[in-house]
Amino acid sequence: MSYDGWILLTASLVGSSCGLVGVLLILRRMAMMADAISHTVLLGIVTAYLVTRELSGVHMLIGAAAAGLLTALLVQWLHNRGVRQEASIGIVFTTLFAIGVILVAAKAGNVHLDVQHTLMGEIAFIPWETMRVPGFGAVPEAVVMLSAAFLVTLLLIVLFYKEWKITAFDPVLAASLGIPAALMHYLYMTLTSVTAVAAFDAVGAILVVAMLITPAASAYLWTDRLPSMLALSSAFGVLAAFLGYGLAVWLDTSISGSMAFATGLIFLVSFLGSPRYGLAARRRRSAP
Amino acid sequence: MMQALSHNAQWVLLATFLLGMAAGVTGCLAYWKRQSLMSDALSHAALPGVVIGFALAGYKSLPAMLIGAAASALAGAVLVHRIRAGSRVKEDAAMGIVLSVFFGLGIMLLTMANRMPGGRQSGLDGFLFGQAAAMVQSDVQVMAAVAMLAILTVLISFKEWKLFLFDPDFARGLGLPGKWMNAVYLAILVTVIVTGIQAAGVVMMAALLIMPAVSARYWTDSFGRMAALSALFGGAAGGAGTLASLWGEGWPTGPLIVIAAAALFLVSLVFGLRKGLLLPLIRRQLAKRRLKGSALAGRSGLPERGSLS
Repeated sequence: MSYDGWILLTASLVGSSCGLVGVLLILRRMAMMADAISHTVLLGIVTAYLVTRELSGVHMLIGAAAAGLLTALLVQWLHNRGVRQEASIGIVFTTLFAIGVILVAAKAGNVHLDVQHTLMGEIAFIPWETMRVPGFGAVPEAVVMLSAAFLVTLLLIVLFYKEWKITAFDPVLAASLGIPAALMHYLYMTLTSVTAVAAFDAVGAILVVAMLITPAASAYLWTDRLPSMLALSSAFGVLAAFLGYGLAVWLDTSISGSMAFATGLIFLVSFLGSPRYGLAARRRRSAP
Repeated sequence: MMQALSHNAQWVLLATFLLGMAAGVTGCLAYWKRQSLMSDALSHAALPGVVIGFALAGYKSLPAMLIGAAASALAGAVLVHRIRAGSRVKEDAAMGIVLSVFFGLGIMLLTMANRMPGGRQSGLDGFLFGQAAAMVQSDVQVMAAVAMLAILTVLISFKEWKLFLFDPDFARGLGLPGKWMNAVYLAILVTVIVTGIQAAGVVMMAALLIMPAVSARYWTDSFGRMAALSALFGGAAGGAGTLASLWGEGWPTGPLIVIAAAALFLVSLVFGLRKGLLLPLIRRQLAKRRLKGSALAGRSGLPERGSLS
């Protein structure tokens, strides 16, 4: 496959998995957890590096999943002790991120783990870091990791579809049906961090946040049904990847920055023009 | 102690102290408006403005970058409001959208600006991630002035702020201009954020706006005392973080300030006199002892009303 093809495939995988995960974030009003987790993932990656002295995919995934879970646990712990949800998110992620940055500065200065890299990613280099996959030949490492993350996400969502749906829309009913809401919450937070870290090295934290929140919020403006929202959201994620790449090539600028910006364009169109919940439709409906 | 620090370091210390105080006071307003995470969204949203300000000025001019940052952060705040009011998307998602899309746009522009002559050398990136140690006296003076301005604005119309935050309906009944108060609140928030970013970095600025206010809440129920304490905590975190980074060669200032603020928060969480975790335990112990004592004395074993609460 060509250079552009690999980049587009990588970004599309990010867009579709983040799109799926993001739907539940939006419905459960935990959008800012995406921002929090995509920051604390740094601490997980640094810790994994300091323990194993290796920058391999598996270690980073485990470290990041642990950091994401730790974030969710701490936020919940503080919240149970009377700190407001949004304040506890703010406290936890800034602190864990600061510890991560200090560890990078103090212990891992020479590794390519600098803060800027984690923010913006290096998607332009993805096609050159390949590995052999039987049956496919040389495939970029990131594509393998992201495909795995996408499949896991899809599997978990299909497998627990009913449980997710009920916990997202009616937590009280979920509790009375005996669905382990806390367990589902932490499973979901782990899923978010695994998706985040798989995407993280490829496209950077900021695009992960954009892809987790914006396509899902756009899809939320088009439909009332969960299956179509899931499908639309991941389609928007892929569309943003293509649109953003076009923008980046045209303006000769940062690829992940442009893709994040493209998710915003999609949201803008949905916000203004969606036939159901768009601004134009609202105006028309409220006009006599 | 001061003799051990160079002249410039003293300026930096003063600036982070003042910045912490301003952030502490402003954070109180944000806390009671339930917009703690707004500071995070807005500090990210400032990036495109910083780059545009730089590109228009053609060099790293602090005023141009500050004005640009303020303009784009304000645009972000307005957008969050419009998205929430104009659609079914909730506030947290609106903040996430503004944060990530603005930051993405900022990175696009930054990459293009870095190709401009003087882009890379000017340390435009440093503006984002915070380089307290690299600030010169004039930068520090601007920051100090802005911080003082923010603190004074809150102090002068203190009573109005209280009404505006705790009883907006009553405030409206009294004829307070709610829209204008909101605009002033946003202006202060944005001003503190954009002046703080270059010293402490984007994430660190959010921490300074959130943590001192939450910490102060553990010690008092009065808004005035909370604001004062929050300013004190913010200032202490700013000062302590800067000192630590000055002594540990090459340690990043922003993260150390966050750690200092987090330490203050932990202390407040455990020992706070109003809502701290230790307090109920002690009360329960005392109540138990009193119960035992009164039972031995043969009186009714029930403690007086209210003493258990």
